[in-house]
Parts: sequence; structure tokens; C-alpha cells
Amino acid sequence: MNETLIQGAYIVAGLLFILALAGLSKHETAVMGNKYGIVGMTIALAATLWLATKSAGFDALLIIAIAMAIGAAIGITLARKVEMTGMPELIAMLHSFVGIAAVLVGWNSSYETAAYPAIHDVEVFVGVFIGAVTFTGSIVAYLKLSAKMKSAPLVLPARHAINFAIIVAFVVMTIVYVLVPHEQMFLRQLLLGIMTVLALFLGWHLVASIGGGDMPVVVSMLNSYSGWAAAAAGFLLNNDLLIITGALVGSSGAYLSYIMCRAMNRSFISVIAGGFGSDGAVVGEAKDYGEHRETSAIEVADSLKNAHDVIITPGYGMATAQAQYAVADLTAKLRARGVNVRFGIHPVAGRLPGHMNVLLAEAKVPYDIVLEMDEINDDMPSTDVVLVIGANDTVNPAAQDDPSSPIAGMPVLEVWKAAEVVVFKRSMNTGYAGVQNPLFFKENSAMLFGDAKERVEDIVKAL
Amino acid sequence: MLIGIPRESRAGETRAAATPKTVDQLLKLGYAVTVESGAGAKASFDDDAYAAAGATIADAATVWGADIVAKINAPDDAEIALLRPGAIVISLMSPALNPDLVSALAARGVTAMAMDAVPRISRAQALDVLSSMANIAGYRAVLEAAHNFGSFFTGQVTAAGKVPPAKVFISGAGVAGLAAIGTANSLGAIVRATDVRPEVAEQVESMGAEFVKPDVAEGEVSSDGYAKEMGADYAAAAARMYADQCKDVDIIVTTALIPGRPAPRLITADMVATMKPGSVIVDMAAAAGGNVEGSVADQLVVTDNGVKIIGYTDLPGRLPTQASQLYGTNIVNLMKLVTPGKDGLAVLDWDDVIVRGMTVAKAGEVTWPPPPVQVSAAPAAAAAAAPAVKAPKPPPDPNKRLMWMAIGALLFLLLANLSPSPFLGHFMVFMLSVVIGYYVIGNVHHALHTPLMSVTNAISGIIVVGALLQIGHDNKLLITGIAFFGALVASINVFGGFTVTGRMLQMFKREDAVR
Repeated sequence: MNETLIQGAYIVAGLLFILALAGLSKHETAVMGNKYGIVGMTIALAATLWLATKSAGFDALLIIAIAMAIGAAIGITLARKVEMTGMPELIAMLHSFVGIAAVLVGWNSSYETAAYPAIHDVEVFVGVFIGAVTFTGSIVAYLKLSAKMKSAPLVLPARHAINFAIIVAFVVMTIVYVLVPHEQMFLRQLLLGIMTVLALFLGWHLVASIGGGDMPVVVSMLNSYSGWAAAAAGFLLNNDLLIITGALVGSSGAYLSYIMCRAMNRSFISVIAGGFGSDGAVVGEAKDYGEHRETSAIEVADSLKNAHDVIITPGYGMATAQAQYAVADLTAKLRARGVNVRFGIHPVAGRLPGHMNVLLAEAKVPYDIVLEMDEINDDMPSTDVVLVIGANDTVNPAAQDDPSSPIAGMPVLEVWKAAEVVVFKRSMNTGYAGVQNPLFFKENSAMLFGDAKERVEDIVKAL
Repeated sequence: MLIGIPRESRAGETRAAATPKTVDQLLKLGYAVTVESGAGAKASFDDDAYAAAGATIADAATVWGADIVAKINAPDDAEIALLRPGAIVISLMSPALNPDLVSALAARGVTAMAMDAVPRISRAQALDVLSSMANIAGYRAVLEAAHNFGSFFTGQVTAAGKVPPAKVFISGAGVAGLAAIGTANSLGAIVRATDVRPEVAEQVESMGAEFVKPDVAEGEVSSDGYAKEMGADYAAAAARMYADQCKDVDIIVTTALIPGRPAPRLITADMVATMKPGSVIVDMAAAAGGNVEGSVADQLVVTDNGVKIIGYTDLPGRLPTQASQLYGTNIVNLMKLVTPGKDGLAVLDWDDVIVRGMTVAKAGEVTWPPPPVQVSAAPAAAAAAAPAVKAPKPPPDPNKRLMWMAIGALLFLLLANLSPSPFLGHFMVFMLSVVIGYYVIGNVHHALHTPLMSVTNAISGIIVVGALLQIGHDNKLLITGIAFFGALVASINVFGGFTVTGRMLQMFKREDAVR
């Protein structure tokens, strides 16, 4: 066996990874896609192990086996016991691992001698930089998502200037690093060290200044970063497989972030730059919206009994209240009565792209009645009852009617066009964007206050 | 405080201002309720039912002496004399048309609140009697038409031959018109409707009818909108539309009313003459002069060509039970508004535009007409105008774009010139993969975003390869140590990511699989 065999294995693995991503785009092929990914990974690892054994002996294989066994044990345990509501946290945490691995690989490879030292030095810097930003960024995202840190955006004075200064410093230091001769180990390590610390700070600051509601974008952005980090490591190690995989993940993550941003009608830059909800969000707060109407679980059950078409629009509130099983139960009961129940999911509902879909799937809601915003908006006027469960900004008519609103222009679920809207909410507080929701004061909407799960269970009982 | 519900004295009135259900709600607000014996008889509520709900049954004098008197029709002179000065009387009053009534009430020293003078703002919807009664009237209008129509509404194919569905045309898509559309539609008829406000087309269609509009040249309608539509051209086009519909349909329901003016004449005698014998027209505006030439208030007229024109003005009263319930609920909602403490004490907040607008007489003074209500239409109009101002971004100048691309390519070529060839080889792979990643993900199903992220996450754990190759390299302990740690965390990613993706995908089930 020789080198080209390994190259061949890497090509096969790369193709399998492409198939994996392609498979994940449809329900029918998704399971197969995941399998392609596993097979691809197995082939890549087998080839690498063989290569590592050949170059570093069986001791290395033993060390590798220990490292991977520990990693696998931790990874599989985490994956098995994670709650679906905790999915965003897990994914954010996993991103941080790629980040730290990229930093470690980068540092390690700075000690190597390379055929083209200048390019290699730049690659070390870029790899460590992206890895470090991903690492701390993901950690902060994890802390915010698991509520171990306040989700409100952190607003430092001159935060844009700070970010920009770090990037400029990074470029300058890269050039210096390339120019410093390799014999001056201490200076080089110092430069690399300072740069790593700066990058770590940048990652922390970037995500800390983004609020909780923008988390779907942040998570997919970090996903993208972790891909770029892997690609950078690939350049470092002259490994095409890493480059292919990293670029795949990086560009797909970036595209996903772009979809999320479009769903919020905001530019990618404005989300990344952070601080949303801190300035100008209170416009029109003093406006008199009138009075809201309160309703009871029994009344809601009554109107559900008489309805033909019901649409449920869940939001992050459904996840926090763990109400997905109760909602699924309600759905099953209503469908058994012949009511046409469907779900309308806003692209940025929840804290993770597709978060609501995963929760509903967990509670065994068939995925073909779970529809996207664009698919269901046209049906709103012919709907009898809409249940808004823990969603706020994504159903806010101000996005369409009020050009001065901070969320103006954001596509929203047009629930107010239905005959009757019931909003499940804890209190009359505003949503994440800090914008008052005129929906609550429309004459066809009623508020059902309290814990979403308990209220839905009350309705199920009343049915 | 005591609320009195008198028996309606006007001939033909079948409704009552309270039902046992609304009595119960009034009691919950802290009031006592007394009902005149027989008040609900014609609406199928007997005295026992009121008593069971917690009201007392009393004679006329007691009821009229209550602190608050709620009824349907305005009190006549004899009844006004029974009112206690300082009492509150609530009923339909048409204050604009009955100045004498208003001054008589003021002279008696009572506070008079007109249920038909509720300002038309969204907050007041819950007590707007005009809406709740119009809803009933629209429903009943279709049933009256069906009753007088000699055929089915719905189409059928039977052994005895095919029955064509009735065609129903409804003019005016307000509350009554929409109710009529819904009723006719649910009876199985083909329903068409029109309205001078083009924006209601959506509501008409949502109720299951086809929206028809006068055939005016498209440019004229949309360019300067409403004002010009009402011009001579528009009127002629509208007349043509009505004439066409008359020839085609079996049932016509007209609901067009202009506040404070006679009803517009929509259908002329000539148009009626072109209708098929046996057709039915319900003119819901008959009380205000009628939309149809030849309609007579409160009567059913049969024309020479056998078309029945119904001009009943008591359509809500023909469904007395439901009308009483809705009217009673409107009263309850009014009482909720004026009873902030839920303690049975009515407090009239003079700063509340609803209370101010409804109150036509107070403490001996006539307070009609009220100051104009600040309807929230102004800001809404501004809001509607603003998005139009926001013009779509002009597409970027293609030349400019080409120039930027050229500059980018040039810069890259410069860099490439300085780069070693293996690097460019890798770069090629990199660029192609970026493009593939972008296209592969382009049409991903939205529901699979999360599994997609976790699988890409697992795949990006491929960085483990980097760490693996560094283990044992150069036999440096530090490097091996760092690489060991790197391989460990990256493995968490690989194994955790694939496992959790598999777990999630197991959950996504089609409908047939779930059942």
C-alpha cells in the first residue's frame, strides 16, 4: 500500500461527505445522508490511522485509540442523553470542540518546518485565529443558550472599533510573524500567543454582543466558522480532505446563516456586529394600542371544537415551557375529531435553525403537517383558529404595518388574518426585540396567560 | 346598583335586552337584576329561566324605577315618565334622527346611552350593536330569500334529474353582507358579491364568494383610486354590472347604507324586469328608502314579472333568541366597561371616547353630538403610505460589478504569482468545495436545518485527522500531548454529532408512519 491509496481514500470520503450534505436536504434521504457521513468518516479515519501507524509506530496507534475512545464515550453519552430542547446548547458546545482542536493543531504545526515557510506561517495564523474565535464564540453561545449567562446583548462602548482593531492587529501581526526568522522561537511564540488571546477575546465579544433572539444566526455562523477552521487546518497540513470538508461545512453554514438573516430581513453584517435590540427598539412604546382581551382554556377548547382549520405557530416559548408533548397531544385529539390541524413555523423560531421542527418531531407530530411560513401564510385568511404558543416577534403585524418599528420589513406569520387568534403568553411583556405587539390588541385575538404547557393541557382536558 | 329589564312595548318587537345567560354575567359584575314579567317571552325565555339565573321578576313600575334601565327600543313618552331622575337608560335611540327623544330624556334628568351611537373603533367592537344585529340580519335575509324561492340553493344530481345550484348576488360586503355570503355559501349556492371598497375583495373571497367589480378600465381604478371610481364612469360601469347580474342570478341581497343619508339606489325597476320569474330580492336597506326600486319597507312585493322583493326591516327580530343573546352580550360588555371595580357601581368615565360617544343626555343636558372621535385612521394611513416610498434597491450596475470582479481577479492573480504551486492546488480544491457546499445546501428542507447542522458539525470533526497525524510525530512529548487532547475533543464531535443526528432523524415521521 502506498500514499496514493490514502489519497484515494480521502477522495472517496470527500465524495461521501458531499452525498451526506445532499441527502440531508430531504426527509426521505436524510437517514441515508447521515449514513454516508458515517461511512465517509470511517474510511477517512481508517486511512489516517494507517498513515499515522506507518509514520509513528504502534505506540502512536495506542495513544490515538485512547484519545478517540475517551472522545467517543463522551460524545455518544452527550448525544444520547441530550433533551431535544437542549439541542441548541449541545450544538454550540460541539462547535467549540472543533474550534479548540483547530487551535491545538495550529499551535502544534507552528513547530514544524515547512517547504514554504511564508505560506505556512500565514496558514498557522489564520488557522489559530479562526479556531480561537470559534472556540470562545461557541462557549459564549453555549452559556447564553443554557441561560448560564444573560442573553441580553453586551454593549461595550466603541464595540465596532474594538472588533475592527483586533482584525487590523491580526493582519499586522501575521506580517510580522512571517518576517521574524524561525530561530527567534520566543518572539514567534509570543506573537502567536498574543494573537491567540486577542482572537479568543474577539470570539467572546462577538457573540456576547448578540442577543438571544439572534441565536439561530449565531449558531449557524459558528457552524460555518468551525468549517473554515477545519479548512485552514487542511492548508496547514496539506491535507485535501480537511480542505474539502472544511469548505463544505463553511460555505453551507454561511448559506444557512444567510437564510436566517433573510428571514429576519436583516443584513448579515448587522447581526454579526451585534447589539440588536439595544438602540431604537422602544420606538412607539408610548402608543396606545387599546386593550387586550383575556380568554380561558375552556373557551379556547370550545372554539377549537367548532373549528375546521386550525394552525399552531410555536415559538421559543414552547421550548422553554417544554410544551411540545402537550401540543402534540392536543393536535392528535383535534385531528381525531376531524379538525385540520397544521403548524406554521417561522424560519427563526427558536434558538437554532429548525429548532421547532425537531421539538415537534420528538413529540411525534408528523412532519407533513408542519409547514414553513411561506407555505402557510396564504391559508391564514381561511383558518378558523390560530394558536400562537410562545411566539411573539415572528407573528407581529407591526413588521408589516409600522415602518418605524425595529422589526419593520421582517417577514412574519400573518396570524391576524385568521378568524380567531389565541396567544399563549406568560404576561404582557414584550418579545425579544423589545417591540410591543399590536396583535395582542386586535379584536380577533385573545390572550391565554400562564405556562404554555399547563394551559395546553387544560385545553386537552376541556376537550 | 339595580339593572331593570323592561318588556318591550313596541309592536312587533320580539327581542329582550337580557337573557338568563347575560343576567348571570351582570350579576358577576356585582349588579342586581330585575326583569319585567314576560320580557323574554317572545324570545323563548320565560320568567322562570330569568329567576333561575338569579334575577328578580317584578312589575313594570319596579323595573322602570331601577338605577339602570336596559332595553332594545327607545322609551316612549309614557315610559320616560316612569324613569327615576338620575337613572341611566340604555337602548337603541338613533339620536341623529330623534332630537325630540333626546331632549325629552334630558328634560327628565336621566343619563341616556345610545347603543347605536357606539364609536366605530376597534376597542368598542364588543359593544357594537349595529355589527351584532347586522350579522343576524344578513343571515336571516338569505333564509327569507330561500323561504320565498321556489328551488334548491344547492345543486344536486338525482334520479329525477339534475338540479342546478342557485346563483346569489350580494351587494355590499359589510357585516351583514359577509354574513349573507357565508349563509348562502353554506346552503350550497354559487355566491358573488360586490362592494365599492376594492380592499374587501379578500374578505369576500375568504367567505367563499366570488368578488365582482364594475368593469372600469384598469388604469383609472388603480391610478388615483377611490375618488375617481365614484365618478360618472364608475357609476355607469356599476350600473352595467348590476344589470348583468340581474339577468343571471336568482337571488339578490342588497345591504348598501350610507350613514345619515337615504340608501343608494342600486337596482332600477328596469333591471328587476329582466330577472327570471320566481327570483327573490332582499332589500336590507328598505327602511332607509331601499337599494331597489319598488321595494316597500316591511312588505313582500311581487312584481309584474313574478319577482319577489322583500323589504322586511325587522330581520334581526326574526331570530329573537339569538338576537337577544347578542344584544344582551353587548349590554354586558358595556357594563364591564363602566364597572371598573366589578362592584356593581357604574362609573361613567367622561374621558373615555366610547362612554362619551354613547351618552346622548346627562344631568339635564343634551350631549349629542359628541366631539369627533380620534379614530386611529390617520397614523394607519401614514403607515400604509410609507412602505410604498421605500423603493426596491436598484439592481447594481452590471459594469460596476464587472469592474469589481476584474479588480478581485487581478489581485488574486498577483497573489497567485507569489504563491507556491502546491498551495494553488489546494486552493483550487478549496474553491470548488465552497461552491459545492453552497449548491448542495441551496434547497435544504427547512425542517432539516437542525439535523443538517449537527451532521456538518460531525463532519467538521474531520479535523481529528490533523491531530492524529501529529501524534507521535517528531517524538516530542508536548506536541503529542497537545495532539492527544485535540484528537479527544474532535472525537467527541465526530461520534456525538453522528449519534445525535441519527437520533433526531429517527423522530421525523410521516403521517402514515405515526398512525
